[in-house]
Amino acid sequence: MTGILDTLAEVLIRNGLVTAFAFVGLTVWISYFISGKLTKGRIHGSAIAILLGLVLAYVGGVTTGGTQGLADIEILAGVGLLGGAMIRDFAIIATAFGVSMDEIRRAGKGAVLSLFAGVIVSFIVGAAIAFVFGYTDPVSMTTLGAGAATYIVGPVTGTALGATSEVMALSVAAGLVKSMLVMTGTPFVARFIGLNNPRSALVYGGLMGTTSGVAGGLAATDPKLVPYGAMTATFYTGLGCLLGPSIIFVIIRALFG
Amino acid sequence: MVIYGVSILAACMIAGLVLGELLGQLIGVQANVGGVGIAMLLMILLSDKLRKAGKLKPLTERGILFWSSIYIPVVVAMAAKQNVLAAVEGGPAAILAGAGAVVVSFALVPVLSRIGPAPADAAGGADPSGEGDALGERDASGDGDASGDGQGRS
Repeated sequence: MTGILDTLAEVLIRNGLVTAFAFVGLTVWISYFISGKLTKGRIHGSAIAILLGLVLAYVGGVTTGGTQGLADIEILAGVGLLGGAMIRDFAIIATAFGVSMDEIRRAGKGAVLSLFAGVIVSFIVGAAIAFVFGYTDPVSMTTLGAGAATYIVGPVTGTALGATSEVMALSVAAGLVKSMLVMTGTPFVARFIGLNNPRSALVYGGLMGTTSGVAGGLAATDPKLVPYGAMTATFYTGLGCLLGPSIIFVIIRALFG
Repeated sequence: MVIYGVSILAACMIAGLVLGELLGQLIGVQANVGGVGIAMLLMILLSDKLRKAGKLKPLTERGILFWSSIYIPVVVAMAAKQNVLAAVEGGPAAILAGAGAVVVSFALVPVLSRIGPAPADAAGGADPSGEGDALGERDASGDGDASGDGQGRS
């Protein structure tokens, strides 16, 4: 019996990406089953699938102590490749096929404004929370603010400003919390914030900025909106890395330095 | 051939990422600035041009539509590889900073959506033709519920 299991594990490990296809397919199937039978379709199958993915990632993190969620479990390493930036971006770009250029042009100004508003608001909230928790020096405040933007802006800004590793870790955690809340919360708030057309999706992407959060959140809300939100969101991290260690840090230092 | 579609998609991605990388270097940040967004714009312009020229064969389209329809499973895999443990263990400061940013940003969506000229035709413009085909099946079920409820409340 152990011989068969060993052989199975070996095959699964050697064909990681194919294993991931089978595994994710099963996860999605279970999620749609739960959605249909237990919630009567009220909670979208893909929302449940994403939530299930996050729960599994937590389990993976606890059992292996790694940073890659479920992908740290050897036989499921392929999930890391399938859900990694390369394949994810490839699929996101494919969703742009057939998108109407007019919608994008029409929402242009609002989308650009939403990028700046999203970055600035996140820094303000993050810096304020940092202050409340006793991190009152401008470097720590800016770094935690950067983490509230995205978990990439956090460490990039922290490194540029020379933040402590404790604050850097906090900023990454803040960014991860944001990404996960956007993924799971979007389908529930969508109707209250008018997230049901390309224009508000473009603005939403610019305000949220976390590519993974926006990708997951819109997928669970309305897949038609994915390309619009994803497009603006991909500019956010760059803008955050640009503004964080420069203008925003200078302002925070002037106010609290 | 199907590979032409996949290849067009790949070319758009590479071109976009290179441009995003260069843009990052130009403004001096250690990040790819909008690479995926630029790739998406290239994809939109290119597919529009090819379609008008009659050069976009159904088989070519299929190579692109497959990847756009595999998008949700990819996102599920992405969720499963997140560092959820680190997020949970970040403690109240990290959780409040992340959650606060999300709440305020959500609240700003309706405010900023009003900027710019009004949509010419809200119903007509919203549904790009190619996409409806790829994702239509799973749209139909969830969509009806959500919009029905939404109208009831507002």
